[in-house]
Amino acid sequence: MNPQAIPEEGRPTVKATVSRPSRGPVIDFSPEASCFDIEGLSLAYGDSPALEALTLRVPRHCVTAFIGPSGCGKSTLLRALNRLHDLDETVSHAGRIRLEGQDIHAPEVAVDDLRRRVGMVFQTPNPFPMSIYDNVAFGLRLRGVLTRRRRDDIVEWALTAAALWHEVKDRLRESAWSLSGGQQQRLVIARTLAVEPEVLLLDEPASALDPISTLKIEDLIRSLKGQLTLILVTHNMQQAARVSDYTAFLQQGRLVEYAPTDTLFTNPRLARTENYITGRMA
Amino acid sequence: MSRLWARRRAAGEGAGAWLAAGSVALSLLLLGSLLTLLAVRGLGHFWPASVALVELDDGRQLAGWTVRELPLPESEGRERLYFTGNRDRDGDVWEWLPVARIAAQTYPPELVVLERRRWGTFIGRLVAVEPGPETPGWESETAAPGDTAWARLAARLAALERLREARETLERETIRPLVRRLEADPEDTAARRALAAASERVAHLRAAMDETTLVLESVDGRRFRQPLVEVLAATRPNALSPLGKLVAWGRGLWRFLSEGPRAANSAGGVWPAIFGTVLMVLLMSLLVTPFGVLAAFYLNEVAHQGRLTRLVRIAVRNLAGVPSIVYGVFGLGVFVYGIGGTLDDWFFEDRLPSPTFGTGGLLWASLTLALLTLPVVIVATEEGLARIPAHQREGALALGATRLEMLSRVVLPMAVPAMLTGVILAVARAAGEVAPLMLVGVAKLAPQIPVDGDFPFLHLDRKFMHLGYHVYDSAFHGDDVQAAMPLVFATALLLVLVILVLNLTAIFLRHHVRTRHAALSRQ
Ligand SMILES: Nc1ncnc2c1ncn2[C@@H]1O[C@H](COP(=O)(O)OP(=O)(O)O)[C@@H](O)[C@H]1O
Ligand SMILES: [Mg+2]
Repeated sequence: MNPQAIPEEGRPTVKATVSRPSRGPVIDFSPEASCFDIEGLSLAYGDSPALEALTLRVPRHCVTAFIGPSGCGKSTLLRALNRLHDLDETVSHAGRIRLEGQDIHAPEVAVDDLRRRVGMVFQTPNPFPMSIYDNVAFGLRLRGVLTRRRRDDIVEWALTAAALWHEVKDRLRESAWSLSGGQQQRLVIARTLAVEPEVLLLDEPASALDPISTLKIEDLIRSLKGQLTLILVTHNMQQAARVSDYTAFLQQGRLVEYAPTDTLFTNPRLARTENYITGRMA
Repeated sequence: MSRLWARRRAAGEGAGAWLAAGSVALSLLLLGSLLTLLAVRGLGHFWPASVALVELDDGRQLAGWTVRELPLPESEGRERLYFTGNRDRDGDVWEWLPVARIAAQTYPPELVVLERRRWGTFIGRLVAVEPGPETPGWESETAAPGDTAWARLAARLAALERLREARETLERETIRPLVRRLEADPEDTAARRALAAASERVAHLRAAMDETTLVLESVDGRRFRQPLVEVLAATRPNALSPLGKLVAWGRGLWRFLSEGPRAANSAGGVWPAIFGTVLMVLLMSLLVTPFGVLAAFYLNEVAHQGRLTRLVRIAVRNLAGVPSIVYGVFGLGVFVYGIGGTLDDWFFEDRLPSPTFGTGGLLWASLTLALLTLPVVIVATEEGLARIPAHQREGALALGATRLEMLSRVVLPMAVPAMLTGVILAVARAAGEVAPLMLVGVAKLAPQIPVDGDFPFLHLDRKFMHLGYHVYDSAFHGDDVQAAMPLVFATALLLVLVILVLNLTAIFLRHHVRTRHAALSRQ
């Protein structure tokens, strides 16, 4: 939790920039290698603080997992990254979030542009009450992709990327609500991919799904990480271990430990982290 | 015993369950008996009743059908009420007779029942059908046997019907366009000439219709002449087979549904009232839906959820409890006198002092009822909006939708079933409302329906008839309430059915919207 103490020499690739500080629980990436650069972020719902002086950088084109006990502020942090808190007048925040070097709260940043760049998938699958096709095309229509051919192509591409195309290609005109929960969640991912975001935020995307659907989502996450930055919130330690490259452990609105996933799970530096992981693993 | 009781209670069959089931059964029973009463008393009226020829102990004869029978006060016997018709001869259509005085009662097949435009029902015998009043020596034809006269009457009635249609077609397709041409250009001599020719043809047709006269005889032997044009329908109920009666019943019912009222609303049909009711409810729905939905969206999605919004919400809910006559007064003051009067001053000055919009009419009545039902639509839509899960809205926002796009593309479609629920409730409330209408535009008699072929086709300034008001008017303000009673029941039944059909339409629409997303109820 002491960013000043961490060397910040910029290096060209993500792997190479992983520097392990001699002391402290936190790794760091150079600003060039990071997608999100969060600096001293504090956030409160009314009077009750949810995040406190959070500082971390999220590497580009990797999967970063946020873990921590329920209510520790994982969702809050995720929602801060695409400014979903803007809707809630009671939320106040301090600190800075940079996306590719630009402050996301800067006046010249249009919030709908930001949200298009930073897609989000929620815990409950939330397809709109429209056909499967219209769900995927929703963001495209907003963006003004109006030629039918182009839209069809993108819809097919997005559904293929979300590993759903073969299951739905013959029923694109059916209601999205006729799909199973796992299919709905992949549809939501496809819908988000269709607007070609740079970042995909996933808030416990598999917690409402059966084991087989969960595995499909995990495969999907792995297959996407070359193309975009993924941030995954999960309660499931095995899942974090299976799919993420880096893991951040949060507790009571603070960042406790942030390390490459295999290090954090096999050799955590702090007893708090170890207790939490072993408790959850058992 | 007590253990059995305990087990039953455990199985959810306690007294509460019985009470609840009993309440449901009672409500259904009440509803069923209400509809049965309306149906029996109302629809029974169109069944051609057998006409009795009654001979009294003093030799007097009369013809009619039994309406009801009551025990005589302070004596053993009973008393029967007959409907005897012939108001023009007897001055009255009812006759109370002590049963003891009836010497004989028969049902001769030759008795005819005529329905006439003036004077109502005739019951008696048909003596002859006369070609024309000027024809000399009509007395000699009275010897013609009844059956041939009946056949000629039937033929003449059919011919009369054809003449009427010809006249109406002529008026609709020739005369009215000509009149409109003349209004546009009073100098159009060709049109004027064509109009004169057409009017002459109409006069000719009318004269042809006037030609035939019937010679009728009441059962006590009084004869009189009756112009055939006045006759609307003729039956011989006693000569009808059951199937024939059924046909006559259907025909009577159809005329009730398709014709305008007669005899100060105590006879005839209710078509203008059906049309007026449905049209007004449709207009009301068209007016209330956008306003209600916009207001609900504002309250739920746009307004800051503070104390003021809460206050407004409470006020809206309380508006639903304001008595409807208060809305009528408001409509009269604001819509009719305020807005309507101003419209007249600005646009219809040439017609003053006779008002155009400054008097009750279809538009003001629809607006008043829209105001009356606004809270219902707002509350239902707001409840629907509140039920839409937050993650649906966030899903749209997370895709880069603006607030407006989120509202219009995700929230609005999802709120449609709730909106339609609001409209259903609004229709249910508005269609049965009579009190405010009396102040803002309903008419006792407006045989011209507010839609026709004249520009602008829908006449929002016209007064209109309404089934609910028709019930009230014919039940209390006719000159023969007794005779109008069956029609009151039939009209009331019709009102219930019309509301039912309107509601079913809205429910069907909502169902259609819902099934487009079959799994909606799972969510
Ligand atoms: N909309 C909200 N209003 C007020 N408090 C909230 C709201 N959302 C979350 N919180 C509080 O903020 C804290 C962090 O919540 P959250 O980010 O949802 O935790 P997590 O996702 O890690 O379980 C919790 O104490 C929670 O009660
Ligand atoms: Mg959460």
